[in-house]
Amino acid sequence: MLSIRRLCVSYGAHQVLRDVDLSVAQSEIVALIGPNGCGKTTLLRAITGVAAIRGGAIAIDGDDVQSMRPSTIARRVAVVPQAAALPGGFTAFEVALMGRTPHLRLLQSESRRDLAIVQAAMERADCWDLRQRPVDELSGGERQRIVIARALTQEPELLLLDEPTSHLDPRHQVEAFRLLRELCQERQLAVVAVVHDLTLAALFADRIAMLSGGRIVASGAPGDVLSEEIVEHVYGLPVRVLAHPESGLPVVVPDGGITRRGAERRALLATP
Amino acid sequence: MQLARPRAAAIASVRIPAAVTWRSLAPTYALAALATLAVALFAISWGTVQIAPQTTASIIIGHLPFVSTGTHSATTDAIIWQVRLPRVLLAGLVGATLGLSGAAYQGVFRNPLAEPYLIGVASGAAVGATLIIISPLYVAAWIFSPMPPAAFAGALIAVVLAYGLARTAGRVGATSLILSGVAVSSMCTSLVTYLMLTYNTRTLAILNWLLGGFNTASWAKIAIAAPYMAIGSLLILPFGRLLNVMQLEEDDARQLGVDVERMKLVVLALASLATAAAVSVSGLIGFVGLIVPHAVRMVWGPDYRRLLPLSGFFGASFLILADVVARSINPGYEVPIGVVTALVGAPFFLYLLHRQNGAMPEHA
Repeated sequence: MLSIRRLCVSYGAHQVLRDVDLSVAQSEIVALIGPNGCGKTTLLRAITGVAAIRGGAIAIDGDDVQSMRPSTIARRVAVVPQAAALPGGFTAFEVALMGRTPHLRLLQSESRRDLAIVQAAMERADCWDLRQRPVDELSGGERQRIVIARALTQEPELLLLDEPTSHLDPRHQVEAFRLLRELCQERQLAVVAVVHDLTLAALFADRIAMLSGGRIVASGAPGDVLSEEIVEHVYGLPVRVLAHPESGLPVVVPDGGITRRGAERRALLATP
Repeated sequence: MQLARPRAAAIASVRIPAAVTWRSLAPTYALAALATLAVALFAISWGTVQIAPQTTASIIIGHLPFVSTGTHSATTDAIIWQVRLPRVLLAGLVGATLGLSGAAYQGVFRNPLAEPYLIGVASGAAVGATLIIISPLYVAAWIFSPMPPAAFAGALIAVVLAYGLARTAGRVGATSLILSGVAVSSMCTSLVTYLMLTYNTRTLAILNWLLGGFNTASWAKIAIAAPYMAIGSLLILPFGRLLNVMQLEEDDARQLGVDVERMKLVVLALASLATAAAVSVSGLIGFVGLIVPHAVRMVWGPDYRRLLPLSGFFGASFLILADVVARSINPGYEVPIGVVTALVGAPFFLYLLHRQNGAMPEHA
């Protein structure tokens, strides 16, 4: 489905991504993790042809992204951006309807079929009730669902999400991931999601790719990537990795340093 | 991915929240067109010689081919057909152009304060037009006047300059574009002032033209500029739906398949063509492109499929009325129309600026 080979991207003299290799199959969910500024968002931008590529290649079903027109890419790849800013005054329905853009010609208006597709997408993303509401009145979670509906309206084969749950409370976080998991199975959707919460990434994704300093430093099943050594090395943070009681998947927690007792122990160790 | 294909029955049963299509907009357009016609009829009948609107209508219709509406006094006929109709028609065309291209600039730059005068387009056009006035090419009565093409060249150079200066790392931010537009604009204005003072035999001609107005309107002027205004404005209309998408973040619009940079250039070129033609026959008339789209937005919302044509209609009505005010405040002496629009527009601009600073700093 998606295949990235030896991808290099730079902004001016600053090289953001070096020799990134990544492939994602149909119906597969890959979580992209890594510290702030390691190039995760740039990688998503490169996949949609928005960030210019310095070297390497990105192919979707064997077609080179570099040689595709923006509308062709948008018919196959949809993006749920991080905390999307939505234009004031438009209703939720109108914003979701913008997902049909790559399917319409300049003079074409949306047909009833387009409208039905939007309705199906909004129902699936659980936001059909919000259709008449102006987007500037909606909460973060509601806006997130509208943007997911807009992405589904594009009818993509590949869905990219940039920290889809960073503004959501725990219940909405889990619900968003559950929805993505279901969509992935129903529609053979390939999903790449930037996720900050390592535990949620492990529960949600089939595979985890860890970026650091513009390179993929680890990639594979959650249990292989999320070891105490790798996480501490990449994030510079001492952690404990436990096993999830039901699935046995890794649960990553910080070590005791931020507890009262841990802090007291450190203070003791620090005094000579 | 195929989103479970909706079956025909399902499609028929969808209750859609009033989606905007070209067909659903037709009644709104028709009403706006009628209102504009009524305003025009009033403006043609109004003046030092008052003429009944039905007489006005009958004289105008009588001038159409194959129609006879009886005889009218030669004086009244001349007042209507030679003086007032061209004046009102030109004011309407220029107003429609400025309103519609103002809306287009605001859409492209995602900046509610964008206006032909703010981003250097009008001043660039003024440089082009001034160069023609001081050149031996300046013959007022020509049908194919070199003024509109020269103004268009000036407008394009100004917009490309502003665009190029604002472009960093292949991107044009809305804020930097406005800033460089202001810089280019003041550069052009000083160039015009310099030319005006240097070529002192033409100073008065340039000044008269700069002040703007429709007191010299004629059928010839309409013939000179109307084709450019019509082409520029009409070709912008199909971009309404994409301008809506452009109101998202630029990356989001790109990821929805809009070729953002190319679309910016096409819409800017069309709007600048129309604006340049308007400037070349009416001089510098400010604020129409700012007030009209905002007033429309307040009533009908932000959808550009409504905003563009309605800004055209209401821009026409607004400028026709402003011209009526300009010629009737003080009988025997005409107030420059730019003064009238600035008196209405400047306070409105300050109000918008104030509201914007309070409400949405991210668009500033």
